[in-house]
Amino acid sequence: MESWRRNPLVFAVLALPGTFWLVVFFLIPLGMVWILSFGEKTSIVDIAITWTSANYQRAFQPIYLEIIWKSIWVSAIATALCLLVAYPIAFLISFMPPRLKTLFLLAVILPFWINMLIRTYALIAVFRRNGHVNGILEWLWELGNSLLTAIGLGQYQLLGERFQPLPLLYNDFAVMVGLVYVFLPFMVLPLYATIDRLDKSYLEASLDLGASQVRTFFSVTLPLTMPGVISGIILVFIPCLGAFLIPDLLGGTNAQMIGNVITRQFKEANDWPFGSALSFLLMYATFAALALRSLFAGRRSQLEA
Amino acid sequence: MAQITAGHRDLGASAEARTRATRRVRDRAGPLEFHRRKWLWAVLGVTLALLYAPILSLMVFSFNNSRRNVVWQGFTTDYYVRAWNNASLIEAFTNSLTIAVVATIVSTVIGAMVALMLWRFRFPFKAAYEGFMVLPIVVPEICMGVAMLAFFGSVGWPSGGPWPLNLSAIMIAHIAFCFPFVAIVVRARLAGFNRELEEASRDLGGNEWQTFRYVIIPFLKPGLVAGALLAFTLSLDDFVITFFTSGPNAVTFPVKIYSMVRFSVTPEVNAASTVLILITVIATIAAVRLQSPERAAE
Repeated sequence: MESWRRNPLVFAVLALPGTFWLVVFFLIPLGMVWILSFGEKTSIVDIAITWTSANYQRAFQPIYLEIIWKSIWVSAIATALCLLVAYPIAFLISFMPPRLKTLFLLAVILPFWINMLIRTYALIAVFRRNGHVNGILEWLWELGNSLLTAIGLGQYQLLGERFQPLPLLYNDFAVMVGLVYVFLPFMVLPLYATIDRLDKSYLEASLDLGASQVRTFFSVTLPLTMPGVISGIILVFIPCLGAFLIPDLLGGTNAQMIGNVITRQFKEANDWPFGSALSFLLMYATFAALALRSLFAGRRSQLEA
Repeated sequence: MAQITAGHRDLGASAEARTRATRRVRDRAGPLEFHRRKWLWAVLGVTLALLYAPILSLMVFSFNNSRRNVVWQGFTTDYYVRAWNNASLIEAFTNSLTIAVVATIVSTVIGAMVALMLWRFRFPFKAAYEGFMVLPIVVPEICMGVAMLAFFGSVGWPSGGPWPLNLSAIMIAHIAFCFPFVAIVVRARLAGFNRELEEASRDLGGNEWQTFRYVIIPFLKPGLVAGALLAFTLSLDDFVITFFTSGPNAVTFPVKIYSMVRFSVTPEVNAASTVLILITVIATIAAVRLQSPERAAE
């Protein structure tokens, strides 16, 4: 690697467009939102920057605190579910023969490339009142009913008078399933990357020394793949926390998350300062999560050194 | 392959038979032959089925001859024809493709330049600069979306104008979040570059530009194509940032679909979505093939 001083012209030519773009079309806009978050709405269209902290105080009112809290736990559960499902999958793929490895890895990642809106929309068709799940349930209900009639129990209506579709959509359950469905590949990839690099002789050693498979997993495999677990948790938790589309389409008005509140402040309520304060709280949460990860990674490398 | 078919057949078996089968296999499989554990295959199989079922049913039911699209009523391509004749849908689709093409070209160029710069030069605060470059990847999409709204709202430029100028705000925003991804992909490719090739080129009298043009660019080509395809799908897929950036007259395909979905689930949306899914899947498979180890070794 050469010093930038040796070839300042080439360095400048290569560095300028990217730096310019990011400063002007990313950093300055974010800065504007940050400044806006200290502003006050003076009329329907005017905002005065008064460096007030009222917007942040308002974010900590019970009504918003509740939504923030709910966003955190919905995201946390979705992340935990992702981890639970993704770990065995990543583990299995990393032990496959190379050809199958590529194939199944692609199979897991492919949905991640398909438009998130379309995947969320596909879930609506599955969960809605007359969607696929309720369709199957209704079919089972009819089947059960005709069976009961066949054995002469038809008149008792054991399965209820009519088929009751389950309310699967527009609640926290739907949002959680949607989050897991959409963000699962984000969990599989980092897990796969660390498990694949794991020196399998450690597992062999542990098993040879008499540890059971379960013991080996919890005292050897899991600790050694912890960096992947942490990366996966961060990669899933952060987008879940800021999700807007999934709670909007699957949760409706019943299951709002921070993302929906932010959007509403900018679109319908037209309260940009408050929306800005909320989005910066979301940013701070993101950076806190990232800092935690690097702290963890730093301590790890110290231990290994 | 026998393992997969065995695993799949296993899914339908009763719980009892499954435990018995697992025990039998476990006796045969070595302690580290996890790819012979049926329960792992079961988890993978069920997950893949659940991942693909909604998408496949969406695609299948786009051919369904019924508006109440949960029961199969017969095959029709009627909804594709309707989607095709829906002027606003086609306009949104054209907008999306135009934005994606422009964003791809610009972000590939900028991303490759950043990657080359980071790969070649040592400079003060490099680590901080690298962190700054990946910022658009880590910042929540919605924060970036509202930032774009605030920015373009207050500078008042570029708004309106004839097509495709009315899309420039969206293009600018897309480039901002696409090029860091391109930079990462290209840099990964550069990591495998043999610097002696560069030195050889210099020794043979090649100047800066010739070395770049005839040595580095050909080597980078797979990385550039993969990065470009990544940028293309990212741009085509983006909903949140476009949702905040677009004015009423610059609607993209995902934003249009969103407004249609809010009213109701229609086969027309299924048809349009299916087309987009096919485009994305083809681009993805192309990108993956280009990045596969055998290709990279060439």
